[in-house]
Amino acid sequence: MNSFHAERAAAFTRDVPHAHWHDTALWFVRVKRDRGAASVPEWERLRDAASGIKAHTLSRLADYLEEFERNAASNGIQVHWARDGAEHNRIVGEILERRGVKVVAKSKSMLTEECGLNPYLEARGIEIVDTDLGERIVQLAGEPPSHIVMPAIHKKKEEIGELFHRKLGTAAGLSDPKVLTEAARQHLRRKFLGAQAGLSGVNFAVAETGGIVVVTNEGNADMGTSLPPVHVASMGVEKVIPRVRDLGIFLRLLARSATGQPVSTYTTHFHAPLRGGELHVVIVDNGRSQILGREPFRRSLSCIRCGACLNTCPVYRRSGGYSYSYLIPGPIGSVLGPQRDPVAHASLPFASSLCGSCSDVCPVKIDLHHELLALREEIRSQNILPWSKRLAMQVASFVLRHPVLYRASGRVARSLMRAGLVRFGPAGAWARQRELPEAPKESFRELWKREGGGREA
Amino acid sequence: MPRVGLFVPCYVDQFYPQVGLATLRILRRLGADVDFPAEQTCCGQPMYNSGCAADARPLAERFLRVFAGYDHVVAPSGSCVSMVRTHFRELLGDRPDLSALAARTYELCEYLVDVAGVKSVEGEFRRKVGLHRSCHGLRELRLGRSSERMDPPLDKVRQLLGALRGIEIVDLQRPDECCGFGGTFAVSEEAVSCLMGKDRIADHEKAGAEVIAGYDMSCLMHLDGLLRRDRKAIRVMHVAEILEEARLAP
Repeated sequence: MNSFHAERAAAFTRDVPHAHWHDTALWFVRVKRDRGAASVPEWERLRDAASGIKAHTLSRLADYLEEFERNAASNGIQVHWARDGAEHNRIVGEILERRGVKVVAKSKSMLTEECGLNPYLEARGIEIVDTDLGERIVQLAGEPPSHIVMPAIHKKKEEIGELFHRKLGTAAGLSDPKVLTEAARQHLRRKFLGAQAGLSGVNFAVAETGGIVVVTNEGNADMGTSLPPVHVASMGVEKVIPRVRDLGIFLRLLARSATGQPVSTYTTHFHAPLRGGELHVVIVDNGRSQILGREPFRRSLSCIRCGACLNTCPVYRRSGGYSYSYLIPGPIGSVLGPQRDPVAHASLPFASSLCGSCSDVCPVKIDLHHELLALREEIRSQNILPWSKRLAMQVASFVLRHPVLYRASGRVARSLMRAGLVRFGPAGAWARQRELPEAPKESFRELWKREGGGREA
Repeated sequence: MPRVGLFVPCYVDQFYPQVGLATLRILRRLGADVDFPAEQTCCGQPMYNSGCAADARPLAERFLRVFAGYDHVVAPSGSCVSMVRTHFRELLGDRPDLSALAARTYELCEYLVDVAGVKSVEGEFRRKVGLHRSCHGLRELRLGRSSERMDPPLDKVRQLLGALRGIEIVDLQRPDECCGFGGTFAVSEEAVSCLMGKDRIADHEKAGAEVIAGYDMSCLMHLDGLLRRDRKAIRVMHVAEILEEARLAP
């Protein structure tokens, strides 16, 4: 195990006003989500339904994917299958190279981040322009997204003014969000007009219709795919849902959970290519079927990437997206990352107080905090947990199995504490900003015994 | 008269004996035949939450043995009760003796409200009180409705404390945000843990609380540690300490 998250989180919290600014910005979104959810009387029933539909779909995933492929193909959509990120990138690269594409407009897709599509295409001389405003900001800054829905949430408006000044030639010292957004809009408009292909993610793929649904608030997926003749949409295998009538449940949950909006600004249904154009859907596994085969973690594939678990997570809010070693931060990323690489992401299941707010906020009822707990056990059983912690727990367990030992060590520990001699190891970390408890002379069991079975009480 | 096995979590036994005594008094005054089986130690949660299930399992088995003969098991801790009720099954599998024990193990407030059926609380506590709704009691045992869920309102702790004369329960801006204790998290993620705790305290301060009341001494131990280090006047109290002198009746 490593202390990746703890170290970066400690660095993040050192600037307390900044950490509070980050916390407040995300809590604001959580409060908006609460208002949105409260406006739907059947909210909890919607969550039950969504969770049930996802569980059902995952139990027959191959069937629904093939149904989707058949129906999509008969609509004129070209469906590709990619076993992993490399195969996905190769497929997308070949489609673009065949058409001689040099500039592509891409709307938000965490999957393409996961596959490393941008560097792959750039190495082949293809310019890839992220067109979601937040994505464009982090792309210009040369940073990964720090949140799955609000990729630039870690940046203050002043920083963005400075970035635009350097990269887009806007006046120095701008910080008015309206002015900055307008500058980005003009800049992106030129990019949209020059793009020869559009790339997008997929929020939902409907098996019964063979259509895909893409949700944005900026209309950038529509701009990026309406002008050029080629549209390549990348989706994880878990994005398929059985019926078009299921969509209503997910769309209502998604927008409210993500931002508190009753509905996303743009919900676009793609059923066929543009006249004379091509529409490709690349279906990517990249480890998902492994997760599907592991019972305790299967439900994490239900995720609709709303980001609500990030916004509500008291740890994420106070440690920022870059404290997480996996590209998806927060509770859902801490569940997904270690399944991809348990050694690299061993700190993530421990980057949680297990408060359970994520599980209660999740629109598809993924039992996130219990999955984190189950992952801790995996990390222990794979011997990635540091020996000091393993030993400490073995010793504690031994002592606690023997009441005589427990009573004696309790008495010794309390007298050492009263003498101020407990200040190393975990006690030292405890006492850096906190007092240790004031150890009493007698434990409860000693009082109980002395008072003859607690009769005096 | 129900035979109640008093389950005093290890850290309460060692550091907060007065909370154990208060719980004992409350249960006795309600007419329960309370016993404290001295063979009890710990439910195994610290090991289990660290991923060390093999180290937690013998403690779960031991708990099962020690508390087998009681009608009810009651503890002044939401977190330890949720360990028994939610997680023992993952350690010991589906066993009839376990499901029977899990079903009759209660956190103190839920025992008072759901089992003892306490409707009337006569007593006085002339303080401004902020309720700290510890996460496991809230989101595992459902002692109240969590702010994320859109279920009908429910708050068993407030039901009990709110009836005291003179008490003023203050409104927090974030009614149930985690305090950052989190067991070993308090040490392994010390920086975030302490910032979470300080933020929680600030919320209580802004609301004018004089006392932070809760049903889990572990969270309160963390908050108390921060309060004392920063020399703040707010103090923490377990619900049992506040209800100790009150007359509870169905």
